[in-house]
Amino acid sequence: MVDRDAPIPEAELHAYVDGELPADRRGAVEAWLTAHPQDAARVAAWRAQADLINARYADVAQEPIPPQLDLDRLGRIDRRRPLLAIAAVVAAFVLGGVAGWFGRDTWAGGISGMRMFTADAIDAHKLYVVEVRHPVEVAGSEQAHLVQWLSKRLGYEVRAPDLGAMGLKLIGGRLLPGASGAGAALLMYEGPSGERFTIYCARSQSPESALRYREAGAVAAFYWVDDNKGFVVSGPADRDRLLGVAQSVYDQENAPTDKTRG
Amino acid sequence: MSAFRNSVQAAIPALRRYARALTRDAEIADDLVQDTLVRALRSEHLFHEGDMRSWLYTILTNLNRNRLRTLARRPTLASIEEEDPPGASGPDTGARDIERALATLVGDQRAALLLVVLEGLSYREVAEVQGVPIGTVMSRLARARAQLRAYLDGERPPIRRVK
Repeated sequence: MVDRDAPIPEAELHAYVDGELPADRRGAVEAWLTAHPQDAARVAAWRAQADLINARYADVAQEPIPPQLDLDRLGRIDRRRPLLAIAAVVAAFVLGGVAGWFGRDTWAGGISGMRMFTADAIDAHKLYVVEVRHPVEVAGSEQAHLVQWLSKRLGYEVRAPDLGAMGLKLIGGRLLPGASGAGAALLMYEGPSGERFTIYCARSQSPESALRYREAGAVAAFYWVDDNKGFVVSGPADRDRLLGVAQSVYDQENAPTDKTRG
Repeated sequence: MSAFRNSVQAAIPALRRYARALTRDAEIADDLVQDTLVRALRSEHLFHEGDMRSWLYTILTNLNRNRLRTLARRPTLASIEEEDPPGASGPDTGARDIERALATLVGDQRAALLLVVLEGLSYREVAEVQGVPIGTVMSRLARARAQLRAYLDGERPPIRRVK
């Protein structure tokens, strides 16, 4: 038997499966498939793949949306930094060569980098909060010295937020190697029943992010990236309390200082 | 809520579905969606016209590409993350097979295929999302389908075993 019609290019077979084929070509493609079982098998296999993918993932869209993705909350976190947000957008466009839509090829680092950053911070938290005699290098009673020392060693302003309103007192802090050896600050706070929280702060190349929550057994952490600095606030796995502490740290980090005002 | 917010809100279920299939990890997927939403809220003034869903898919697709780039720089962690739990051959073999098969695809091919078959985007829309000509979308699609077929038909790469 000889095919009188021209062979159907593969692109048309895909277009046929995906409903992108012009109506006047459908007949020709269907006739071709009837006569060519190998191509018919290919088309059937592609459809079966699509069915498998849909069977596996379509239900995700029916799941309730987790609170992490609540727009009001995300918007609230974002509104606090209007100037910085605009600066980030401008920078993204400059770096991305105005490639078109915002968000294209501009964000180095990213989620995975932040994951490892947080893991380092939680490790440091677990290692030092159990220390009875030497939890810190410099005690909280020498707060001015502590902050000055860490700022000098790290090359940016380190603050020790006042968490008195949360019932937490600064025990002190220490200098750590940090992820890339660039150094990290670890500040430790203690609550009325001896529970301890830490703030881990280091340079980060990850893009700015909203407040995120991670739980690792009995320890949990909120973390975020802001102005090239990553912050991880770790403590006992009590989400609400930890969120209050993290918010307070976040607010105080972003409060204007004489330096930023001038 | 503004019209802008409403249409972002309406897209969240589809974004989660797409992200889950792209990453095959619920936690990473929702982190990606969260970053996408934060970017979108921040850049409301940049969204003038056009399709909200395509715009959000674009942001998410790019964020994921950057994520994969970071993983590529850390090969050991990447392979751990992609590895399936040992003894994984439960009743849900079909679902696991398709997950594994998707994992073997190159990132841009996987994204093109999922945007078409799972999210129902047209070739033209996928071309916009990926920032490439339609011809490139079609060749990504063709390669993805050929690769999936080979994998599902049993030409699997040997699974590494740790003794």
